[in-house]
Amino acid sequence: MPKVNFISFAGKTYTADVAEGTTVMRAAVDNGVPGIDGDCGGQCACATCHVFIEPEWQSKTGARTEPESAMLEFADGTKPNSRLGCQIEVTKALDGLTVRMPEGQH
Amino acid sequence: MTDGAGRVVIVGAGHAGGSAAAFLRQFGWAGEIVMIGTETLMPYQRPPLSKAWLKGLVAHADLELRPPTFYQTNHIDVRVGATAAAIDRAQRTVTQADGTVVGYERMILATGSRLRRLAVPGVELSPILELRDIADADKIKGVLRPGQRLVIVGGGYVGLEVAASAIAIGATVTVIEREARLLARVASAALSEHVLAHHRTKGVTIELAASVAAIEGAAGKVAGVRLADGRTIAADAVLVGIGAAANDGLARAAGLVCADGIKVDAAARTSDPHIYAIGDCSCRPFTLYWRDVRLESVGNAVEQAKQAASDICGKPVPLAEVPWFWSDQFDMRLQMAGLAFDVADTVVRGAPNDGKFAVFHLKDDGCVQAVEAVNMTPEYMAGRVMIGKRTVVDAVRLADVTVPIKQLMA
Repeated sequence: MPKVNFISFAGKTYTADVAEGTTVMRAAVDNGVPGIDGDCGGQCACATCHVFIEPEWQSKTGARTEPESAMLEFADGTKPNSRLGCQIEVTKALDGLTVRMPEGQH
Repeated sequence: MTDGAGRVVIVGAGHAGGSAAAFLRQFGWAGEIVMIGTETLMPYQRPPLSKAWLKGLVAHADLELRPPTFYQTNHIDVRVGATAAAIDRAQRTVTQADGTVVGYERMILATGSRLRRLAVPGVELSPILELRDIADADKIKGVLRPGQRLVIVGGGYVGLEVAASAIAIGATVTVIEREARLLARVASAALSEHVLAHHRTKGVTIELAASVAAIEGAAGKVAGVRLADGRTIAADAVLVGIGAAANDGLARAAGLVCADGIKVDAAARTSDPHIYAIGDCSCRPFTLYWRDVRLESVGNAVEQAKQAASDICGKPVPLAEVPWFWSDQFDMRLQMAGLAFDVADTVVRGAPNDGKFAVFHLKDDGCVQAVEAVNMTPEYMAGRVMIGKRTVVDAVRLADVTVPIKQLMA
C-alpha cells in the first residue's frame, strides 16, 4: 500500500498506509491524523482538509479541480502549492507523498 | 462499571458523537471512551443521504465517519443499538435501557434531533416517509422509481434535496410548503426566489402557502395529499420534511438547563461541570451575534465536538468559527456562512439570471453578518472571512462585480 506522510504545523510527521483509490483527506481522517477534519466528507464544501504539497510531489498530484480552486481562493493561508486533500486520490505513483498542514489546522 | 474515574461517556453516535471520540484521542485522552448510540450502525455522515446515497452513487463505506477498525485501534467502546435511559448526576452514572449502568468522569451528550411529524388525518397510510437516518433513506430509495409520484411536505433543505434527487431518478415531484416561500426559516427571500424558479425549471411542482389537510388513500395505501384549499394532489408516496426538534429529554429529566436544546457555553459545557452537549441537541452562544442558537449542521457538530474534547483534555478551546452550511440541488451549489440576524441591508452580487450570485446581509454599521452564495464559491469563502473579522463593507462596491471581492476584504 502507498504511504502518505502528513507533517503537522508543529512539525510532527504522521505516516499512513493508504489503500489505492483513497483520498488524502480520507487517509488522514481514517488514521486519526490531527489537523485534517474533513467535515463535509469530501464534497469540496468545507476546506478543512487544506494541505501544502511538498515541491517534489506537485507534478504528480496534478492541478486543482475547479471547485477546489474556488474554495482555496480565500481559504486561510492559501499558497501556490495548496490543495484540498479530498480532491487527491492516492495511487501507486503517489507512494511516499508528503504534505504539510497550514497553521489554521492544528 | 459504575466507577467512572478516567472514563468519558458519549451519548449519541452520530457525526457529533463520533467526532468527539476521535478528537478525545487526538488530544491525548488516555482513559476509557464509551459511546452509546441508538442506531445499529457505527457513526456515519448524514448529508449524502438525501443526495448521493438516494441516487445510489456511494457505498456504505463511503458514508462511514471512520472505518470500524478505527474504533478498535483507538480503544473506543462503541455500543450500537443501545439507548441511554437516565442520567444520575449525583452518582455520575448513566443507565442504559437494558439496565447496564456506566459511570463517567465526563459525559458528552450528542443526542441529535428528532423529526417533527405531521398531525393530520391519514398519517397511518403507507408509504409516508421521512429522512433522518440510513433506514429512512433506504425506504425512500425503495419507493423512488421512474414515474412514481412523490409529494414532499415541507420546502426546507432536506425536502428540496430529495426533490432534486427524485427528479434525477425520474419520479414526478410536488413540494408543498406552508409558508409563502421556500426555505422560509433558513434563507433570504432572494435565495428562496431563485431556488423556487430553478426547481420549477427542472420540473418540480411547487405549491406555496399551502397547508396539508389530510393524507388520503385506500386499503392502507397513500393515494394523495389533500390541501386546505380542497385540492388533492395524487401521490404514490409522501415524504414529510418539516423540521426537527432537539433530543433534550434525557438532559431535561436530569435537570440540566435547556431552552431550545441543551444550553451550553463556548466550550460546550452544560450547567453541570461534568457534562457537555454538542451538535443538534445543544443551544450555544454565538458571540458574533450576541445570541444563543441551536444549529443543525455538520460544521457545528464537528466544531462543538472539538470544543468539548479540548476542554476535557485540558487544551484551550479553539476560537469560534463562523457557522457554515451547504446544500447541493440539481446543478446548484448553495453555500451559506454566518447567521442573518440584525440585518439592515441586503446586497446581491452577481447575476441570479446566470445562476451565479451571492446575497450579502449587512448590519446597520456595514458589517457583514451572513452570505448566501449560489455557484459562487469565492464570494462564499470571502464572506466567511469578512463575517469572522467583522469587516465593514461599502454596499455599492459590494454589489459591483467589477470590484474584486478581495478589495472589499481589507
